[in-house]
Amino acid sequence: MLKTILKRILQSIPTLFIVITITFVLTRMIPGNPALTMLGPQAPKESVEQLEQELGLDKSKGEQYIMYLKQILSGDFGRSYSYNQSVVELIMERVPNTLVITLTSLFIALILGMIVGIVSAVRQYSILDYIFMVLALIGVSMPIFWMGLMLVLLFSVNLGWLPAMGMGDPANGMWDVLSHMILPCFCLATIPMATFARITRSSMLEVVNSDSVKALRARGLKEGVVIWKHALKNALPPIVTVLGLQLATAFTGAILTESIFSWPGMGTMIVSAIDNRDYALIQGVVLFTAIVFVAINLIVDVVYTIINPKVNYESGNGGR
Amino acid sequence: MSKELLTVENLKTYFFTASGVSKAVDGVSFTLEKGQTMGIVGESGSGKSVSASSIIRLLPKIGKIVDGKIEFEGKDILKLGKKELLNFRGKDIAVIFQDPMTSLDPVFKIGNQMVEMICAHQDISKKEARAIAVEALKKVGIPQPEKRMDSYPYELSGGMCQRVIIAMAVCCKPKMIIADEPTTALDVTVQAQVLELLQELQKEMNTSILLITHNLGVVWKMCDTVMVMYAGKTVEYAAAETLYRNPMHPYTWGLLDSMPKLSDKVKEELKTIPGTPPDLRLTGTGCNFCNRCPYAEEKCRAEVPPLVEIEKGHFIACHRQNKTEKLARGEGKKNG
Repeated sequence: MLKTILKRILQSIPTLFIVITITFVLTRMIPGNPALTMLGPQAPKESVEQLEQELGLDKSKGEQYIMYLKQILSGDFGRSYSYNQSVVELIMERVPNTLVITLTSLFIALILGMIVGIVSAVRQYSILDYIFMVLALIGVSMPIFWMGLMLVLLFSVNLGWLPAMGMGDPANGMWDVLSHMILPCFCLATIPMATFARITRSSMLEVVNSDSVKALRARGLKEGVVIWKHALKNALPPIVTVLGLQLATAFTGAILTESIFSWPGMGTMIVSAIDNRDYALIQGVVLFTAIVFVAINLIVDVVYTIINPKVNYESGNGGR
Repeated sequence: MSKELLTVENLKTYFFTASGVSKAVDGVSFTLEKGQTMGIVGESGSGKSVSASSIIRLLPKIGKIVDGKIEFEGKDILKLGKKELLNFRGKDIAVIFQDPMTSLDPVFKIGNQMVEMICAHQDISKKEARAIAVEALKKVGIPQPEKRMDSYPYELSGGMCQRVIIAMAVCCKPKMIIADEPTTALDVTVQAQVLELLQELQKEMNTSILLITHNLGVVWKMCDTVMVMYAGKTVEYAAAETLYRNPMHPYTWGLLDSMPKLSDKVKEELKTIPGTPPDLRLTGTGCNFCNRCPYAEEKCRAEVPPLVEIEKGHFIACHRQNKTEKLARGEGKKNG
C-alpha cells in the first residue's frame, strides 16, 4: 500500500509541472499590464517602467518562466502584488472561509442526495421516484448565478429574512454567522445534491436488482439490513468518486456563489487576482488547486480499497 | 403428524409485463415429504426457478402469485405477515442459488455474513454465532475454517463458495433446502462433491430438498420424486424410479434423448428437441408442447391436457397417453 502511494505521488509530479507551465503561459496571454493596472491609467511612463523592473516583468518571457520554476522548487509561491502579501499566507487565510460554506453544503448535499437516491431506487417508478428525479433534473440544470440572485431577491430583498452578503461575525452571536451561511450554502448544495441523488439512484438500482441482493433476501434478513447495509456498501464506489471530485472543488472555492454573496473566500480572491493581473497569485492558486486535486484523487483510491476489498492496485488488476 | 412438509396446490405465478401477462407458472401442484428429495426438471424458462421463488415469496416486482395455495407444515405461506416471512426464509427454508459467486455479498467477510444470518434467526450472542459458523464450515469440508471466516468471497473458488453457502444454509437447521441448479456453475468434479455433501447433510438433519436442475443424471442420483415442467406446466410427475423405468410424456422422452450417452458413437451429433418453447404470454389454449411434439394431433392444439394419474403415483398431462390409448416411444419419429 505504502509503495503504491509513493508511486502515485511521484507520478503526480509531471502533472503538476504541466499545470505550472500552462498557467504561466495563460496568465501571460491575458491582455493588460500588471504594473499599469496597479498604478492606474494616468500613471507616468517612468513609474510604470520602474515597477515592471521591480516585479521582474521587463525580462523576457523565457527568463521569467525559469525564474518562476526556480522559485517554486525552493518552495516559494511568490508574493501577490495587489494584496502585497505572500501567496501562501493569502491562501491559508482564505481557504478556511471557503471551507466553511463548501464543506457544509457538500455534507448536506451528500446526506440528502444519498437518501433521495436510495429511496428512489428502492421505489423505482413510484410517484416519489418521479418527483425526486424531476427535482434532481431541475437541480443540475439550474444556473447557479441565476438561482443565487433569485434567492437574494426573495429572502433578502422581498422578505428581508436573511442577509444578502458578507460572512457575519462570531462576535455578534451564532445566528449572525449561520444566517449569513444559509443562502450561499443552499446555492452551493443544489447541484451536488442533485448529482449525488442521481448517481446513488443508478448505482443502487444496479445492486438492488442483482442476484446478490436476492440471495440476501432469501436468507431472511430484514429489508433495512439488505438495503442500508449490504446494497449501499456495494453501491458506494461511484458515489465516492463523485464525492472526491466535489471535495477537491470545495477547496478551490465557488467563484460564482462567493461573488454573488461577497463571501471572502478563495473564489472572490481569484476573481480579483485576475482583474488585477496578479500573476503570482493566479499561478499560486491554480497550483494549489492542482495539488489538492491530486491529493484527493489519491485518497479516493485508498478509500476504494477499503470499501471494495476486491480492488487491489498493488497487483495491478484493480477494478471490479 | 403428517409426513408432508410442503404442499403446493394449483400454483399460478404470472409476470405482468408491459407487453402482456406471461404465465411463468400456470397451475403447478406437488407435495414434498419430510426427509425426501424432489427434483424439478425442464429447460430454461419452464418455470422451475419461478416455482421455487414463489415458495419463499421472493419474486421480482412484476411477478405475482395470482392463484393457488402453498402450505408448509400446515402454515399458509401466502398469508404470512412480513415478520413471519422473514423468519420463514432462511430459518425454515434455505435457498442455494446457481451462481455461488453472486450469492455471497462480495464486500463483506464470509464470517460476518454467516454470523449476521445466524443472529437474524436465533437469539444468541455474536460469539456463539461465530462458533456455530466455524462448526458449519468444518462440517462442509472447508479447510482452516477459522481463517476462512475472515476471507472475502472473491478469495475462494466457486466450489468453496458453494460450500460456504451450504454451510450458511445449514447453520439454522432448516427443514427444507431449495437448491436452484446448485452445480450448474461449477466444475464437473466439484459438482459431484457438492451433491454428495448435500446428501450427507440431508441424512444427518432429515431435511427435505427441492432440487431444481436440467440435468437428469443428477435427478436419478439424488431424487425420490421428479416433476418435469414445460412452459409453466407440469407435464409429468412421478417417483424417480418410475420415471426412470417408464417415462411417458413425449417431452420427457425428448429430454432423455438429448442426454449424451457414453455408448454414443464419437462425432455423432447431440440429439435435440426441435423448435423452441412457446411464448409464455400466448400459452393456455392447448398443450404447450404441441408445436414441438412429433405425436401432436388436432386435439392437442385445441384442448389443454389435464394432469391425470395414469398408474399409481404417476401423473402425466398428455392427450395421447391415457388408460385406453398408449403411445410407444419412438413411434412418431418418422413424422416428427
